[in-house]
Amino acid sequence: MNEAVVIPMEHGLLLAGILFLIGLLGVLVRRNIILILMSLEIMLNACGLAFIVAGAHWGVADGQIMFMLILSIAAAEVSVGLGLLLQAHRRFGSLDVDQASRMQG
Amino acid sequence: MLELGLFYIAATVSLISTILAVTRYNAAHALIYLIISLLASAIIFYLVGAPFAAVLEVVIYAGAIMVLFVFVIMLLNLGQSGDVAEHVLLRPGMWIFPSVLCVILFVEIVYVLQSSERLLKGIVVGPKDVGLELFGPYVLAVEIASMLLLAGLVGAYHLGRRYFIDVRDTPTAQPLAAMSGDDHE
Repeated sequence: MNEAVVIPMEHGLLLAGILFLIGLLGVLVRRNIILILMSLEIMLNACGLAFIVAGAHWGVADGQIMFMLILSIAAAEVSVGLGLLLQAHRRFGSLDVDQASRMQG
Repeated sequence: MLELGLFYIAATVSLISTILAVTRYNAAHALIYLIISLLASAIIFYLVGAPFAAVLEVVIYAGAIMVLFVFVIMLLNLGQSGDVAEHVLLRPGMWIFPSVLCVILFVEIVYVLQSSERLLKGIVVGPKDVGLELFGPYVLAVEIASMLLLAGLVGAYHLGRRYFIDVRDTPTAQPLAAMSGDDHE
């Protein structure tokens, strides 16, 4: 009974790649800052999924540790990003990133 | 074999909800689908033998970080008046499909938890192994992550101040700017 069916690593990595691509397309296509931040979260989550699946394939804890580091990166990134979003909303009155396409100074 | 089927169901739910999250017009609806996608990822983590990462995914990702998004969406109110937004949110077409996805994930997690000992035959890396690795060879990474979180805290505090822009625009904010003690101008 040791020949158990385990989840193939390729399928997990394929899922992570597809999720990463969806997030990348979201970053490129969407023009709402909130949706762009959400797409960034999707991309970071896909990276974490790839780490977990690869770490589980070899049965080591390193994948989960990398996932925790990605988690802290996501927390820091989203706090700074939402602060920037609030400033952009106050300054431009909308959440469209094309409003901020010109630089001053 | 059953484990594989559960994995593919969770992967399908994750893909569908992620695609829907990226393509919604309303940010609140996109957020609902994104939370469902993260919960599906947590089930996948549990199935591949990483229960601690699954718990962290639910508690921190789907809990804390998504709550930040909810706060900001509710704070900005995004142009619609509250009544109109409530009507749109409470229309059946808006919440039936997320509920169906949630019910699929819920049935799956109940089934997994009931038959966990004969389901997870692969190598399970529990929280003890993760902790031993984390505070053994990876202790420098923990310190760096703590500094990163501190930088995020300081950055969010600096960016979230209300008088940051009022200094430039309105003369009434001058005393506040003088009181803050640092020079933006």
